[in-house]
Amino acid sequence: MSGTFVGMPAFPPPVYPAFPVAAHEAVNNQTLRGNLRHATHTIRAKRAKAVAELSDWAALREAGKQIKDHTLRHLDRYLLQLEESVTAAGGIVHWAADADEANRIVTQLVQETGESEVVKVKSMATQEIGLNEALEAAGIRAYETDLAELIVQLGKDRPSHILVPAIHRNRGEIREIFVREMSEWGRPAPEGLTDSPAELAEAARLHLREKFLRAKVGISGANFMVADTGTLVVVESEGNGRMCLTLPETLISVVGIEKIVPTWQDLEVFLQTLPRSSTAERMNPYTSTWTGTTDGDGPRTFHLVLLDNGRTDTLADEVGRQALRCIRCSACLNVCPVYERAGGHAYGSVYPGPIGAILSPQLRGTASEIDASLPYASSLCGACYEVCPVAIDIPEVLVHLRERVVEGGPVTREGNKVVLQPAKGHAAERAAMRAARWTFTHPGALRTGQRLASRTRRFHPRTLPGPGKAWSGTRDLPAVPAEPFRDWWQRTNGGKDEAK
Amino acid sequence: MSSRERILGRVERALADVPRDDTPYDQAFARGYLREHGDRSVEQTVELLAENLADYRAIVHRTDPEELPYLIMRLLAQRGPQYVLVPPGLPPEWMSAADPTRVHDRAVSTPHELDKVESVVTGCAIAIAETGTIVLDGGPDQGRRRITLVPDHHICVVRVPDQVVSSVPQALQRLDPTRPLTWISGPSATSDIELDRVEGVHGPRTLEVVLVSGQASAEVNS
Repeated sequence: MSGTFVGMPAFPPPVYPAFPVAAHEAVNNQTLRGNLRHATHTIRAKRAKAVAELSDWAALREAGKQIKDHTLRHLDRYLLQLEESVTAAGGIVHWAADADEANRIVTQLVQETGESEVVKVKSMATQEIGLNEALEAAGIRAYETDLAELIVQLGKDRPSHILVPAIHRNRGEIREIFVREMSEWGRPAPEGLTDSPAELAEAARLHLREKFLRAKVGISGANFMVADTGTLVVVESEGNGRMCLTLPETLISVVGIEKIVPTWQDLEVFLQTLPRSSTAERMNPYTSTWTGTTDGDGPRTFHLVLLDNGRTDTLADEVGRQALRCIRCSACLNVCPVYERAGGHAYGSVYPGPIGAILSPQLRGTASEIDASLPYASSLCGACYEVCPVAIDIPEVLVHLRERVVEGGPVTREGNKVVLQPAKGHAAERAAMRAARWTFTHPGALRTGQRLASRTRRFHPRTLPGPGKAWSGTRDLPAVPAEPFRDWWQRTNGGKDEAK
Repeated sequence: MSSRERILGRVERALADVPRDDTPYDQAFARGYLREHGDRSVEQTVELLAENLADYRAIVHRTDPEELPYLIMRLLAQRGPQYVLVPPGLPPEWMSAADPTRVHDRAVSTPHELDKVESVVTGCAIAIAETGTIVLDGGPDQGRRRITLVPDHHICVVRVPDQVVSSVPQALQRLDPTRPLTWISGPSATSDIELDRVEGVHGPRTLEVVLVSGQASAEVNS
């Protein structure tokens, strides 16, 4: 069998370069930048219009934030309630502390059915844990059925966007991948396929239909889980979700523990804010909800795998836990000036963009180069916070995580409290901050220093020497005025004598 | 220790800062948002439903109970399917003028057999005007979820104004979460190529929504 590579290589886990290194490469890719610019600008304007249709958007956003916060603050209780209601409705609940355990559980569940292939609904959780690779290692083939995931899978590529994982590909590239790869996986691309999006969608329809019709096992994530009723919700556009949720005999859903909402009524907030934030639609084409199993309609067996994998560690951080409110709409990616230029791959995670920059270092810890660099992958402009439908203050968490990287301190990893050492590369930054603190608490020294700086301004270099070189490589040094402000203030009597 | 206990223990420790008497659910948030947007008459709400359905490329028809069978006949004749799927509890009058051979939901056992049927006719549970959504709940006139998914042509009959609500909050209030629900807003679509919407992927590529008005809806039901 050729083409056995499925998505990201996870065995061993991939090592990603630090964000600045990867981003530097990405910004030199003209095609990538063109594709991203086109796509993000298209969706930005549409989102703004869809949001403006609702006069109570601010209230919906606030309610979404409060519902999620409340749920997180009582997560243990709601998890137990969910387990009880899903079980009562005929589902089987499993708990997975980390990615390996989740992969083991799912692999075993598939093996118990005797099947060697599964169809998958697009799911961030299963990407995060590298499920496809784990199944592949066990001889089980996982077919991605979302159009963008299919493009990524066929192209032996990595996802670069939460909602549209193939956003870095334009129609011409997609056509090429379909023509080249589809025959390896099943039904070949139609003869004379052009790059019109409608024809490409039709090619995907034909290619995947045979897989849907024969599938015995479906694997999904979920957008929401309702604690009081045990209902799961999948929001989608293409109908591949409906196919995977209703045609197979066995359904396995892998869902992060933070996806709970307390009651059925709470969905009234998110089913309004999610579609408008993600695809800029009043409502996405298809939403499926199911509660356990239903006699004679849909899968006869339903497994729910509740996934921790760093979420409880994130929950332990009082500032950082707000990242768990995320409903994966990807509005923050679409407005981010850094994402638009660097692209999703530079973030070295299935969660790119602003939300990825605060989620990945919390889920995975800041030990690796990429995770320690992600809190810096931002200009702190705040556009992400503005559009977030659950009001995650991403800049606040970024600054908080920067502090953690530079200063170290107590964090929770795999449920244990540990003390992080200050990161290595930030010695100069720490020294500069210490010097600044000393200077600002010694007014005499500050005055002398400022006067000295003013008098020597003609001799100042344009870039910093030594450890400051990298910092000034992308920034202009501020020009020093001819006279320090405080001297000016005294001389002119607070500006009143300025005219003299 | 099981993973269940491990995770629940981690959650409990992570929330050490949250007071035991933290605000209960009923008081935790103000639902300061609207129950529906705008002030409309019943007729205007139905009109908005028709507009929003059409905006997402559903084909909307309006008729009354007497004309309904003939309209369904014409819609099917335009497509010319040999077979048409019908759920077990579809009012027989609806199909009384239609030509194609009717196939009943339960008779189609495998997805492959289902794939050979081109059209399906159903009712619905409710429709949401503000979003242009029809919701199926597996009721007798709607059948199993798969029958409105695999065929390429779906004709869905909405009784107006009885089955129409204005908004998402009103819809959730009327729906039963224990039933498997399918919310449909236009034919299947994708935004996966350059974030631009294209209609027609895996679900039915043609969605025709028939809005039936008139008092006779009670008779049709019986």
